[in-house]
Amino acid sequence: MLHIVNKSAAERSSLESCLRVATKGSAVLLIEDAVYAATNGNAAAAKIQAAAADLKIYALGPDLAARGMAGRVLDGVNVVDYGGFVDLVAEHSNCQSWL
Amino acid sequence: MSDMDDMDDGSGIIKKFMFLNRKAPHGTVYALEGLEVVLITAAFDQDVSLVFTDDGVFQLMKGIDTKGIEVKDFSKTYRALEGYDIEKLYVDQASMDARGLTEDDLIVDVTVLSVDEMANLMAEQDVVISF
Repeated sequence: MLHIVNKSAAERSSLESCLRVATKGSAVLLIEDAVYAATNGNAAAAKIQAAAADLKIYALGPDLAARGMAGRVLDGVNVVDYGGFVDLVAEHSNCQSWL
Repeated sequence: MSDMDDMDDGSGIIKKFMFLNRKAPHGTVYALEGLEVVLITAAFDQDVSLVFTDDGVFQLMKGIDTKGIEVKDFSKTYRALEGYDIEKLYVDQASMDARGLTEDDLIVDVTVLSVDEMANLMAEQDVVISF
């Protein structure tokens, strides 16, 4: 399963809900305002780092850059471009967009 | 003296306006629309305070590059606010701390407020508009 989250963890509970049910080996792709959670110093960073032990965590590079966050990505988070986004969708048998 | 001179059309009244920005840029249109409203208000010579709290502090990040998502980069407009006599910019210390940010990460000079200072600033406003 590929989980896609697009809302800031400071505003919505979608990231937390996603991490609660994401099973080992699943992938989580953070896009739009969700990318802040994968940056150094963010209050949600610890949750992402803990989750990275069992899940593959990705963040969309263009969304990081648009927010001035490209240089602040947490260790263990994989940055992908739009092509990588497409690859992730293609590689996984199903995906869930958390709204 | 004509009747017109006796009538108060309100044009001389200056109120304290606070614009409270609580949303990250780009994910929603609030940040950009809020900035547009602030610029309009500047034309009316009001006493404007611009406040950034919660994810709103992200609006002021240095190094924003929106080419990849093909939207307007309005972050440089914050630097032009001074030219519109909007010089009172505030950020919330707790919001900065929760995001690992310091003043050096921001594109404009701001005053960092404690919770108590923020509360007092809000309490003294005539109008608070939230984005």
